[in-house]
Amino acid sequence: MKKHWYDYLWIASALYLVLGFVNILFAWLGLACFFIPLILATARGSKSYCHRYCGRGQLFTLLGGRFGLSRGRDVPGWMKSKGFRIGFLVFFFIMFFVMLWNTYLVFAGVRGLSETVTLLWTFKLPWHWAYHGTLFHPGVAQFAFGFYGVMLTSTVLGLATMVLFKPRSWCVYCPMGTMTQLICKARNRAAIRGAGEEAPLRHSAAGSEKG
Amino acid sequence: MEIVKKKRRKAKVDRSLCVACGCCVKVCPVKAITIVYGAYAQADPGKCVGCGKCAKECPASVIRIVED
Repeated sequence: MKKHWYDYLWIASALYLVLGFVNILFAWLGLACFFIPLILATARGSKSYCHRYCGRGQLFTLLGGRFGLSRGRDVPGWMKSKGFRIGFLVFFFIMFFVMLWNTYLVFAGVRGLSETVTLLWTFKLPWHWAYHGTLFHPGVAQFAFGFYGVMLTSTVLGLATMVLFKPRSWCVYCPMGTMTQLICKARNRAAIRGAGEEAPLRHSAAGSEKG
Repeated sequence: MEIVKKKRRKAKVDRSLCVACGCCVKVCPVKAITIVYGAYAQADPGKCVGCGKCAKECPASVIRIVED
């Protein structure tokens, strides 16, 4: 199968994780993983980010597939249930806003910069070696520490479920995936309802995404 | 003479549980699967050869190979 430039985005994802150990300010680049899928979903009603541009998913495919680091078992039923997926999305966002609030406190001068990365919303890991000062407000660095924690947490969770279940099990409960699917469903509500039991494949070129 | 219709294997997606991640789209050798409206995956029965690669790849395991 012909390879495209976007089939190598796993390198960017791996590099992102490494750069977070070198200089925490690189964590800001991770915002692309938030905004690009949201823009594609809201502007085009498409979830093409997941299977085309998601470097993290490609990394899991590589590690779990080619490197054989996955047991390849089915995910448990509760993990793919709507309740869990939406619940995890809500939880993820609450924790994201807690991180934003902590960043705000640093910007407001209420709190000093915490040179730690919070893993799995609980463990504060010392991360001072990756901070070499900033030309901007310390709040800019605080956001970087917080955001890198979010990215590292989701990677660790993704790796854990990659090992336990199928390589891309993370995709089942990925908050961005759940959110973009909800956006697409809301945006294309009428078309989906009109498609009925079987969508008109030959006429769904506008709404369909190929690999 | 009785005409015997040969059964063919096709991929069937459980639309209610599909997360529309598109992993199946990537592995399909005949490009039979599309993500419809960013909501769910759908296999074109006219193109699907029932190889089962998508079912194996699907992280949510919501694709089954059924005989039509």
